Amino acid sequence: MTANISGIDIISPLGLSREEHWKAVLDGYSGLAPTRSFDSTTYDNPISGEVHTFTPEGLPRRLLPATDRMTQMSLVAAAGAFDDSEIDLGRLDPFDIGVLTASTAGGYAFGQKELQNLWSKGPKYVSTHQSYAWFYAVNTGQISIRHGSQGHSGVIVADDAGGLDAIAFAARRLRRGSKVVLTGAVDSTMCPWGRVAHASTGELSKSEDATTAYLPFDERANGWVNGEGGAHLVLQSTSDGRYGVIRGHGATIGEDRLSQAIRLALGRAELRPQDIDVVFADAAGTRAADQAEAEAIGEIFGRGSIPVTAPKAATGRMGCGTAALDVAMALLAIRDQTIPPTVNVEPDKSLGLNVCTTATRRRITNALVLARGIGGFNSALIVGA
Amino acid sequence: MSRRVFITGVGVVAPGGVGRDNYWDLLTQGRTATRRLSLCDPEPFRSQVAAEVDFDAEAAGLTEPQAKELDRAAQFALVAAREAIVDSGWAGTSPPERTGVIVGSAVGATTKLEEVYRQVSKDGVLWDVIPDAPTELYSYFVPSSFAGEIARDAQVTGQSGVVSTGCTSGIDAVGTAWELVQDGVLDSVICGATDAPISPITVACFDTIKATSTYNDTPESASRPFDVTRGGFVLGEGSAMFVIESEESVERRGARVYGEITGYASRCNAYHMTGLKDDGRELAEAVTAALFQSKMDPHELDYVNAHGSGTKQNDRHETAALKVSLGEAAHHVPISSIKSMIGHSLGAIGSLEIAACALALRHNMIPPTANLTRPDPELDLDYVPVHARSRRTDRVLTTGSGFGGFQSAMVLADPEKSS
Repeated sequence: MTANISGIDIISPLGLSREEHWKAVLDGYSGLAPTRSFDSTTYDNPISGEVHTFTPEGLPRRLLPATDRMTQMSLVAAAGAFDDSEIDLGRLDPFDIGVLTASTAGGYAFGQKELQNLWSKGPKYVSTHQSYAWFYAVNTGQISIRHGSQGHSGVIVADDAGGLDAIAFAARRLRRGSKVVLTGAVDSTMCPWGRVAHASTGELSKSEDATTAYLPFDERANGWVNGEGGAHLVLQSTSDGRYGVIRGHGATIGEDRLSQAIRLALGRAELRPQDIDVVFADAAGTRAADQAEAEAIGEIFGRGSIPVTAPKAATGRMGCGTAALDVAMALLAIRDQTIPPTVNVEPDKSLGLNVCTTATRRRITNALVLARGIGGFNSALIVGA
Repeated sequence: MSRRVFITGVGVVAPGGVGRDNYWDLLTQGRTATRRLSLCDPEPFRSQVAAEVDFDAEAAGLTEPQAKELDRAAQFALVAAREAIVDSGWAGTSPPERTGVIVGSAVGATTKLEEVYRQVSKDGVLWDVIPDAPTELYSYFVPSSFAGEIARDAQVTGQSGVVSTGCTSGIDAVGTAWELVQDGVLDSVICGATDAPISPITVACFDTIKATSTYNDTPESASRPFDVTRGGFVLGEGSAMFVIESEESVERRGARVYGEITGYASRCNAYHMTGLKDDGRELAEAVTAALFQSKMDPHELDYVNAHGSGTKQNDRHETAALKVSLGEAAHHVPISSIKSMIGHSLGAIGSLEIAACALALRHNMIPPTANLTRPDPELDLDYVPVHARSRRTDRVLTTGSGFGGFQSAMVLADPEKSS
């Protein structure tokens, strides 16, 4: 059973819809800017990729006090992806429809608010919604309620790599009998408490200039920028998925195991390295991690041959949402036969990567998406026409 | 490709004692490990009871930095995983890239997160928290660190991660691992679940929705599943971890098995984030699907390990679900809730219940529902009150139900006796 992708929606610092985001990416815009949603002057990491224009339009009013911003964005994108798929969910058995998302840190800003209520005022001031608004399963649960899906569902946490793993698990659900699975991830931890958590890695950029804050594969690489957003995708078992198919996935844990994840994905897709037309890189944005990824790509594809891109340079890293957004963009790249650019970056030639810094027309049949998570998580997913 | 998958190792950290044998003694003696809340100040809370683990990380084999830096839930999982690996005799017998780690957890590293939050916010005074956090903070922020920690410890490199589906996480993590072995992605998985949620923010969030028991004067009998006086669950903590392996791996090693995982299914109620419908239809559907995969008729079941959380709503919902899915057999099969003894450890409990099932298969003994002395006339099945029951146990079902609407079921069978 092939997993066909029939619906996509995106929410990102560059747009509130799939096409708005995609056009801005191809036009070379960046959504990185000084942080607005909290006072970032206290912190050494002033730049963010925020979704400034988001309003939870179309969501029932009663949901608003019960949900974190991450969940509100996820619900809007999930509805957009289901609409895009043109699947009439009402005609399906609800037990045949599932939701399988990734999570990174749950509804973290909601959590900060309730921790503050608890510690500054007392237990009686903690929201009655806290038990489920913060926890990792919240987006899957809320999407299933909103769309009446009662089939096998789930939530995967593997830091940023979880965005790819969840899509692979969704494809597994189709092989095991589900007819439609909503997957991907939308994530946000845009609050002071979230910023401090990201900064504790020591790998968050300290640049005050949005054009130099996140420069993967550049000699000037100085860390990554925290963003918010992501993508939801609708997978279905019938063959009219107009965006393409999931061809193969591989995942490993451990440093220096990225190339092994790529090999596993190629093997399961029954493809050779030369069948891959573009790599969407993890692009951690630190010199050491970029070097390690360049070596893994070089080991499989040879130095400097295959086009590599990191459109996330324009949005920042949005936890597990990043990889889901990359898969969505890989499918749009196949649709439009165009590789999206890696903005602001002047590639460090010593890395031996062919980094696309402008939108590039090219014949694309198969795209490889890479994601890594802190703690040694490596994931590789191949999508194809 | 669909391969058979077996449990070959079990490790447990639970209220009442560290280690598999202590755990089984507690369960089969029908002792309760619920007590007055002591891991945080009980006074501000409505519910002041908890099922806590007396745990000394260094005595349990962890290093001083691990004892200091890892969240309590990560410590539990690491200790349980080591016991499971030793029990299975698996270590080093399988290529590292063919083994992964899948850990379930509902609330991750909440305890450490709250501890660091208090420091950087000056106990909730600051919204713009001070940027002076320990470097471990990110590992508390994203609970996939639990899987990473075990993978490093066991030196395995195959696909790993955390499954977080609220209170069914413990069943879903093992079910997810089972599917990865069935599908040939991995040959063996160190899997299970952990949670250590007894920290003020989690106590408060269940307090505010009145989900937890307020039998504060009689903590040892505060968890009363299926009893007419039941008044909510008792927050617990712990971990159970397993080694599961493909049939080829078991045969190659000549490993002793606890049981075969023959079926696993999960459904969503798509109804409410915390509420349950009385008809139990979605849980019934999960049970039916898991039995179908097991090619098993309901009357073949020897034991049902129930979710039995002890809330009014859950026990009604679950009884209805068992009647729908098992039919007439629901009235004959022994059903019990070990939450009466070890409380409800959120995501961990599903794996602790699978551990109880694996041990029931091995020892032919069914743990009881403690504190069930005044049966609820509305709930008319055999809930094995108070005393364990010695009985040939070859095929068992465990069920889970949780926030987010998740409903999961798993079937285990003794391969020597059932095939």
